[in-house]
Amino acid sequence: MRVQAGLRKERLDRGIKARTDDIFAIGSPREIMYLTMPRVVVIAALFTFPLLKDFTGMYWQNVMMITATIALLALSWDMLHSVGLVSLGQALFFGVGAYTTGYLNYHLGISPYISIPMATVVGAFICTAILFPVLRLRGIYFGLITFALPLLMMRVIEATKILGGTEGMSGLTPLPGITIKLYVIIAVALVCVFGFQRLFDTDYGLVLKAIRDNDRTVIAAGFDVQWYKAQALFIAALPATFAGAFLSHHYQFVGMPAFAMDYSILPLASVIIGGPGSFVGAMLGAFILVPLSEFLRAFGTLRIVIYSLMMLIFVVGVPEGIFHYLKRKYHQFERVVSIEEVEKK
Amino acid sequence: MGASVVIYGLANSAILMLAALGFSLIFGLSGVANLAHGGIYLLSGFVAWILVNKLGLPFLLAFPVTVAISGILGWLIYWVVLRRVRGMHLSEVIATFAVGVIILELFRYLGFVTFEFNIPVIMRGGTEILGVGIDYQRLIIIGLGILLALLLWFFAHYTKIGMALRGMAQDEYTALSLGIDSDWAAALSMALGSAMAALAALLILPLGIISINMGYEVLIWVLAVTVLGGMESTIGLIVASLLLGFAKTVTGTYFDPKYMEVVYLLSLVLVLAVKPSGLFGKFKELEERV
Repeated sequence: MRVQAGLRKERLDRGIKARTDDIFAIGSPREIMYLTMPRVVVIAALFTFPLLKDFTGMYWQNVMMITATIALLALSWDMLHSVGLVSLGQALFFGVGAYTTGYLNYHLGISPYISIPMATVVGAFICTAILFPVLRLRGIYFGLITFALPLLMMRVIEATKILGGTEGMSGLTPLPGITIKLYVIIAVALVCVFGFQRLFDTDYGLVLKAIRDNDRTVIAAGFDVQWYKAQALFIAALPATFAGAFLSHHYQFVGMPAFAMDYSILPLASVIIGGPGSFVGAMLGAFILVPLSEFLRAFGTLRIVIYSLMMLIFVVGVPEGIFHYLKRKYHQFERVVSIEEVEKK
Repeated sequence: MGASVVIYGLANSAILMLAALGFSLIFGLSGVANLAHGGIYLLSGFVAWILVNKLGLPFLLAFPVTVAISGILGWLIYWVVLRRVRGMHLSEVIATFAVGVIILELFRYLGFVTFEFNIPVIMRGGTEILGVGIDYQRLIIIGLGILLALLLWFFAHYTKIGMALRGMAQDEYTALSLGIDSDWAAALSMALGSAMAALAALLILPLGIISINMGYEVLIWVLAVTVLGGMESTIGLIVASLLLGFAKTVTGTYFDPKYMEVVYLLSLVLVLAVKPSGLFGKFKELEERV
């Protein structure tokens, strides 16, 4: 889309936008529709999908389950990224959640209705405790440690044979009905998306964002950065540990695959493709990537190549991601103007 | 037992150092943490295998050709991928990681997973030192490892190109004002680092068969060594390889071989937690943590 010489592309905001990106001046039902429709359509589509079980078949219902799981992990990644922490090992959170619920259910016989919430909170505590000493690290150093931790967990479990060793723990109590399960996990994902967005609109969220942008300034302003980071880490771990706990009851099995690299790469690729920083982008990325990778299942490991390639293309070529691109197209007019017009202004 | 620990510890240390040289070179000279290192390492092994078994080249000719191909590949990776994300550390890490995964999984898809894939050793047979049997290949690795580390140190400190690259790493703006081309320096360090990875692969891979998962494993070794030694220090690299090589041999001999991989990961985690700049790292303390 090259513009001819002597012409420039100009972007104009739609009229209802007032002052900032988030404040709108609404004057008619049509404008309310314009703002709410994208959200309503997406939420309605998400909640109708589980009802179409006969139409889609069980296979795609299960794919939806995995998609929602990856979406939760991607949300968790995006939350961490919003505080300036880059994780290369979401599998850590996933695995800790999965093993916590596995232990509670398998060894102590606690019902999944209690063990899943418990695993979510306790798992997030464990993850925060593990990562607390390294929260001071910045940039890729934090990434490297999160990259190593899930692999370390896997080797330790394999070598020491704790928590079932290579066999894992099977025969966990199942959850009822795929439709209900899907509703629960989709609802949790949506709560996370809108909850996180709200969180970042508050004063508290402002501090978190500032830590990402310039942590030394925040220290100079008298905030305890480590403490804020620890809180953000705990909040970010919640959706991921929940995803781990929920999916292990779905499969009725916890084992070493819970720390597998898939759970680190897929969420990362999702956020990169969908667009980091907005939470909706993370979810959008997961809903593009996971079904796509299911379509490509026939190609074997070539699908890993394909989504790594997509990740590479997006990180190099479209760093803003799909969501921000769509949002811009939706909120702005584009037109071509001549240089003379531009200079007259 | 003691003599075998010393000799195999040395051999393991030399293997680690050889594998890590390329990564440390790239990080020290251009600041890019090249997570595609494992991919390039394994790619070189397969390229050498194809050259020897499909094209019928003698191994001694295939050896330099493979090193050259990997060097060119590193050069290309810089110009096609890294140049566009230069300076954005997160994007660099994700991009190189993606490149590594693409290379490894592409070979897995193409069926390079069976036991037939091995490349020949330089010299067959073995000898005995202090009553411990050791093959010539490991001795060559020890010798070449020491030689290469010395050469690299000499190159970085006493040649004009090496000093230009180091100047770039220490203060980019001053180096630019002295007429050193930033892209040229970074591309050259990528090419050299990839060539070193190929060299390491061609020496180390003949010790066993080539398997895809080696690519990921090598990456862990390399990260453990460079992080422990300090990301840009040559002495640190040598000391860290010795520490980890002996730690690995001792665990393998006196405890359970299963714990051998745990050693790397645990040291990686502990060093990052306690002193992220490593044993010999300098002047980066403030960039790593607040």
